[in-house]
Amino acid sequence: MSHFRSDIRQRAEEAVALYPRPRSAMLPLLHLAQEQDGYLSDQGIAEVAELTGTTPADVRGTASFYDMFHLEPVGKYVVGVCTNIACLLAGGEEFLTHASKKLGCAVGSTSDDGLFTLEETECLADCDVAPVVQVNHRYVRTTTPESFDTMIDQLRDGKLDHDVPSHGTLIRVRRIGGLRASREEVAGQRTAAKAARDARAEGEAK
Amino acid sequence: MSDVTRTTVQITLDGRQVEARSGELLIEAAERAGTFVPRFCYHPRMEPVGVCRMCLVEVDSPRGATLQPACYLRVSDGMNIVTDSEKVKKAQDGVLEFLLANHPLDCPVCDKGGECPLQDQTLAHGSGETRFIEEKRHFVKPIEIGELVLLDRERCIQCARCTRFASEVAGDAQIAFAGRGDLIEVATSPTQPFDSVFSGNVVQICPVGALTAKPYRFSARPWDLEQVESTCTTCAVGCRVAVQSSGNRLTRVLGVDSDPVNHGWLCDKGRFTLESIDGNILSFDPLQATTRIIEPMIRRNGELVAVSWGEALAEAASLLREAAATPGGVGAIGGAALTNEGAFAWERFVRGVLASENVDAQYGDGLDPGLLQALSKATIDEAASAGTVVTLTGDLREELPILFLRLRENAVKNSSSIVEFAFGPSALRSVARVSLVVRPGEAHLVAKAIAGGGLPQGLAFSEEELDETRRLIGESGEGVVFVVGRPNLGEDARVLETAIRTLSERYPDAKFLPALRRSNVMGALDMGLGPNLRPGRGFDGSVEGRDTLGQLDALRKGDQKAVLLLGGCLLGNVVDPAGAEQALDAADVVVVTGHGGATLAYANVVLPAAIQHERSGTVTNIEGRVSAVSPKIVPPGSAWPDVAIAAELAEEFGQSLGLSSVEQTSQTIEETTGYPALSVLNDEVYDGVVVGRNVTPSLRHSLDPMAFPGIRSADTVGLGARTGSTVVTSATGSVNTSGATWSDVHAGNGLEVPLADSYAFRVVLSRRLYDRGVAMQGSPALHGLIPTTSLSLNHFDLDRLGLAHGDVVKVSGAKGSVDLPVALDDGVARGTTEIVFGTLDASGENVVRELVDGSNVITQLRLETR
Amino acid sequence: MASLDAPRIVSSRREFADSFTLTRYLETGGYVALKKALTMFPEAVAAEVDAASLLGRGGAGFPAGRKWSMLRKSPISYLVVNGDESEPATFKDHYLVEHDPHQLVEGVIIAAYALQVNQAFIFMRGEFALGLERVQQALNDAYAHGALGSKIFGSEFSLDVVVHPGAGAYICGEETALIEALEGKRGFPRIKPPFFPAVTGLYGEPTVVNNVETMSNLPWIVNNGGAAFAALGGGRSTGTRLFALAGRVKNPGVYEIEMVKNTFRDLIYDPQLGGGIIDDKEIKAFIPGGVSAPWFGPELLDLPLGQDEVAGEGSMLGSGSIVVMDETSCVVRAVWRITKFFSRESCGQCTPCREGSGWIERAMYRLEHGGGRMEDLDLLLDLCDNIAPGLTWPPQQTTICVLGSSIPSSVHSAIQMFRDDFVAHVQHGGCPHE
Ligand SMILES: Cc1cc2nc3c(=O)[nH]c(=O)nc-3n(C[C@H](O)[C@H](O)[C@H](O)COP(=O)(O)O)c2cc1C
Ligand code: SF4
Ligand code: FES
Repeated sequence: MSHFRSDIRQRAEEAVALYPRPRSAMLPLLHLAQEQDGYLSDQGIAEVAELTGTTPADVRGTASFYDMFHLEPVGKYVVGVCTNIACLLAGGEEFLTHASKKLGCAVGSTSDDGLFTLEETECLADCDVAPVVQVNHRYVRTTTPESFDTMIDQLRDGKLDHDVPSHGTLIRVRRIGGLRASREEVAGQRTAAKAARDARAEGEAK
Repeated sequence: MSDVTRTTVQITLDGRQVEARSGELLIEAAERAGTFVPRFCYHPRMEPVGVCRMCLVEVDSPRGATLQPACYLRVSDGMNIVTDSEKVKKAQDGVLEFLLANHPLDCPVCDKGGECPLQDQTLAHGSGETRFIEEKRHFVKPIEIGELVLLDRERCIQCARCTRFASEVAGDAQIAFAGRGDLIEVATSPTQPFDSVFSGNVVQICPVGALTAKPYRFSARPWDLEQVESTCTTCAVGCRVAVQSSGNRLTRVLGVDSDPVNHGWLCDKGRFTLESIDGNILSFDPLQATTRIIEPMIRRNGELVAVSWGEALAEAASLLREAAATPGGVGAIGGAALTNEGAFAWERFVRGVLASENVDAQYGDGLDPGLLQALSKATIDEAASAGTVVTLTGDLREELPILFLRLRENAVKNSSSIVEFAFGPSALRSVARVSLVVRPGEAHLVAKAIAGGGLPQGLAFSEEELDETRRLIGESGEGVVFVVGRPNLGEDARVLETAIRTLSERYPDAKFLPALRRSNVMGALDMGLGPNLRPGRGFDGSVEGRDTLGQLDALRKGDQKAVLLLGGCLLGNVVDPAGAEQALDAADVVVVTGHGGATLAYANVVLPAAIQHERSGTVTNIEGRVSAVSPKIVPPGSAWPDVAIAAELAEEFGQSLGLSSVEQTSQTIEETTGYPALSVLNDEVYDGVVVGRNVTPSLRHSLDPMAFPGIRSADTVGLGARTGSTVVTSATGSVNTSGATWSDVHAGNGLEVPLADSYAFRVVLSRRLYDRGVAMQGSPALHGLIPTTSLSLNHFDLDRLGLAHGDVVKVSGAKGSVDLPVALDDGVARGTTEIVFGTLDASGENVVRELVDGSNVITQLRLETR
Repeated sequence: MASLDAPRIVSSRREFADSFTLTRYLETGGYVALKKALTMFPEAVAAEVDAASLLGRGGAGFPAGRKWSMLRKSPISYLVVNGDESEPATFKDHYLVEHDPHQLVEGVIIAAYALQVNQAFIFMRGEFALGLERVQQALNDAYAHGALGSKIFGSEFSLDVVVHPGAGAYICGEETALIEALEGKRGFPRIKPPFFPAVTGLYGEPTVVNNVETMSNLPWIVNNGGAAFAALGGGRSTGTRLFALAGRVKNPGVYEIEMVKNTFRDLIYDPQLGGGIIDDKEIKAFIPGGVSAPWFGPELLDLPLGQDEVAGEGSMLGSGSIVVMDETSCVVRAVWRITKFFSRESCGQCTPCREGSGWIERAMYRLEHGGGRMEDLDLLLDLCDNIAPGLTWPPQQTTICVLGSSIPSSVHSAIQMFRDDFVAHVQHGGCPHE
């Protein structure tokens, strides 16, 4: 029995097919598991282990290396505030304190209503709009306490649903089709390319 | 380790010109040249990862001297290496200081304290003062990561030895690093504990006290321990071990790094079953397997009562003498748990004193010893380096765990091809090139198909798989090793024997590695404990003798009157205990044993014997390697070594075996048969001697406390300078007596297998490492791991029957019907069911005896859903 | 005055709001270079890149042409594009993947053709949700347009490109860690040797790894010739470059300007660029190439923006991100935050990096927040020395990758330049700015 919903399972199998080895699909699959459950559940991990030919301990160990994966449930919105150098120079730390007050939860924890999880992040590569805030990995570009509060209120009211899907959903544009160059085609082209290159190299030498 | 070729290169090591092997690791070259480079993550039996950075040395490069990890860099000609400069020292001191920064320094309460590489290297190199005033990293104190192993994450130095062992060596990636940076921890999945049968190895190789073994924890301080080197006889691989005791109490077994055998690894059964030896001397019920037999006993008024040795020997002699008066009236069964010396003494007693040819060290669960002699044999090394290995065995991880590791390593690292006769579930399957599904009663047909031509109707694999198998074996089988055992106790041995003979005749250049599993069974057979056998791996086709099943039959019929049991576990080891009980009931029974057990209910005389770790002598493993066993403790009570018991019993007959001590017996074996014995017993240079083959003897490794902490260094145990340095001539392994040739061997000639009943399931009666044997029952740590009886079925068959994993069904077999739960296992072929031998059902009953009695060529069962 | 008349090579579609669409891309000369490349021999395409002397834009600054030609002997199996961009204050790849994804895709196809590779991966940091979507959309469009897939534009060349999302780990920008992540493992950098993925890379096969910006330069180079590119800039630093300017400047942002012809002062102060310091304060220090680089003081403002020029002064241009600190900035706090970054992002394999980063971070925390001791300054320098012996630049390593040896950069240079500030923190029992 698959823990993944049928659509997620299908996308997972498509992802595996894009790589020369199934294990390579580990990160995409973990993102999918997180898209379904909002975090990495034991069942999600077991299914990823099955799809990648690894063990649950291995999947869990791999996932825990990466900050974006959550092994415990988190809020519907994970709010990340950067305090790294550019944001620090723009008051990122004070901004984080403000966010913590506004959301009513400490950094690294989830608000009582289960809606928000607040995280202090490393540089999010948007340093010209510092301090940088992401919600579910979407840049919300609110650099003042006031605009932050407005944004949070809008999130609460569901007004930003289009821009900010719930936590875990990463890429909403689906790849159309799998690999187009078949294995045989690739093998043929590689042989031909090598032969042609050797021939040219020989021609040059003469 | 790897990639080392024969050619040598010149390197400069701290200004000295040193010769090194081309491509070898710097750390190894330096060590052979007498320069020890400190290290933590490096382990000689695993791929280097170079992460702890403790082994940094200066190496010349085009951009000047740079710091490089000696454990990772390979030497090349002209390389200039400096290990003792200020820069190197500062870098190494820096690493050590960093390692200690977050280390709790709780050495006084740590199991590893006193034998800890971190502690040792700190004492040798550390500054003594800490500059680290920050708060240390905190984790919840020890957590249980598996049934046998505890993890204290605060002590971990992230060397990845354990995780690498689990995934790289054992293939059980149930522990892995989790987290990142200084929050890295070793972790399991909450859904799957670390239940590898090799779990103890991670404890042994942990260079700090992060991983500890539950059975050993807090039981001793290292400096109280004494140690001998010995050979494990828990199974027939014969791993080299260091046995440690505190006083007369066994505390620990550690793997010793032996090139030809175990590479330092052990299975958990070999490692954690010491209590079965010295842990139960306060238990007195002779019918319990956990009880150590420490006094001679005879049956009086139906009860076994303790008597003096003199009384017991006299009684035994009188029973045996009386039976021996009729031709064929007496015989002996067992002996696989003996040393070669013990087996030799009993062989002399049975053939010489009792004048009987009825003797058998196997319990009907092995292979014809003549056939084994006639095969052209492989060593473990040959199997573990062969291009193609074909297994005709049960799950080797369960049967001969370290052989499994060696074969797996060859498949994973050298991409060797494994062709598996797939009788049931098998851990090798994931690395096998071909798995030929073989149902009970078909192995000989499969062999014939491989050897002889097309694919007969009805076999369960494809033409392509057959072709691939043939391609991998090649024309003559050159470089191919067949590993042959008994995968199914519910099937007549002749099925496998026929298959083996077919393959041997078809592939004259192939070699065979017997995969018999019981401790020193090979040594017992080589000492003549089998029909037609003669000491020194000899064979005499002109005599007739009964094997175990033959003797039990004769006892039941009254043709044989008495039996001498060498070891007390007959009933636990035969496939048909009910039949054996009848046989013993009708006979006079003399048992020589170290352990109690149900068999003793039938004993008239019980003679207490010294067992593993209490006796010296030699043993022979599956490849025919003879190595020494050494006593670490004195036997409890008045138990004697077998040589003494046999010799004294002979005296009761007014005869002398001419054997006065173990050492002198060893000498006699070697002098009279040419079989290596005394030369092995006294040898401290070589890793044993392979009998009957011209195999270059392998030098012993010096014991390496950095790679295998806890092992006392070569100096402490007195091997020191002799180890691996002086070369003395060792026994050649050539024997005087001539063994069986194919013309002597009947096994494997002609066999009729009945048609399978399509309404029934054919049974694979397989064996597991964790069974109800004496070692497991007597060991509190492992006792709980013995599985309960179930019927494993493929999911097709479960679906067909409308069953789910765990459902209970009614099963009817040879002797009756019982209820058993089914288990899903797709390693089982369709139409067959796997049952594990030596298990009990949920209520503690041996129900398997109702289902299988070994009376048919194959065993079939009918299932009824309820 | 800044020299701003060089063509914009990678940011030419800046003005267009729909710069990421295929329509706009085609209207502005998109995929013309690819068609041209497909008519050339692969070696000839590589030769143009070699002639351009395009330096890698990922940080190490290795010439792309040379990387590709090292591999002539053994054919390359995979092309991997590094879009992990996580070096603090670096945000130029972010700009490229969101605003000009087709340019990246076209560059990737050209590179793959030159290398005769049939499968490429674009590894992008997972936090770029929009970037991931834009690049995936661009790939979908490129397939539909015939620019990707089997027999591209009717040629004999086929290529598949797969976007691979990362999941939040700075170290995955290091090319061997990136390959591990692409193999589905923990992002542990691989030990060297082999030194180049080109020898053993993805699945143990020869692999070329190049940065997003490096790839994005290729269409222009093919269209205009390597020589035209090499005519821009100076010395080894040819062409233009995207500089990410952040910190205490009036107009932080991504600016494409000609290399070497411009100086740090031009970038920071030119009204069309950085526009000077906020509130016209005095500049105190700047980091010339990401937080892994040693710092510079105002006396080096007139140094040209060139790889060798910066290296000559003991630092690096790195990923092209410049962080400006002014007189109001607390350097101790800045160093503490940078060491906190390294401590959080160390992969944890190597003892000196794993333990050293945490130790240094905690000592820096004490200095900034109270509890600092005079001897901490020497202790910090000695710990740094144990990670990167000699504290030279480029650093000596005791670790597997250069993340470890980058930790000392800010600590060492800040203590050297601003010892007084550190002393003030000790004496004040914390940050005097607060
Ligand atoms: C710790 C570390 C982080 C790195 N991060 C990145 C990165 O985010 N993006 C990048 O393109 N290169 C990064 N690099 C450099 C890459 O290892 C590699 O040199 C580069 O991707 C090669 O591409 P290029 O030659 O086109 O510059 C990093 C290197 C190190 C040591
Ligand atoms: S230097 Fe640091 S980041 Fe790099 S491999 Fe070592 S521990 Fe990991
Ligand atoms: S890095 Fe060489 S022993 Fe650990």
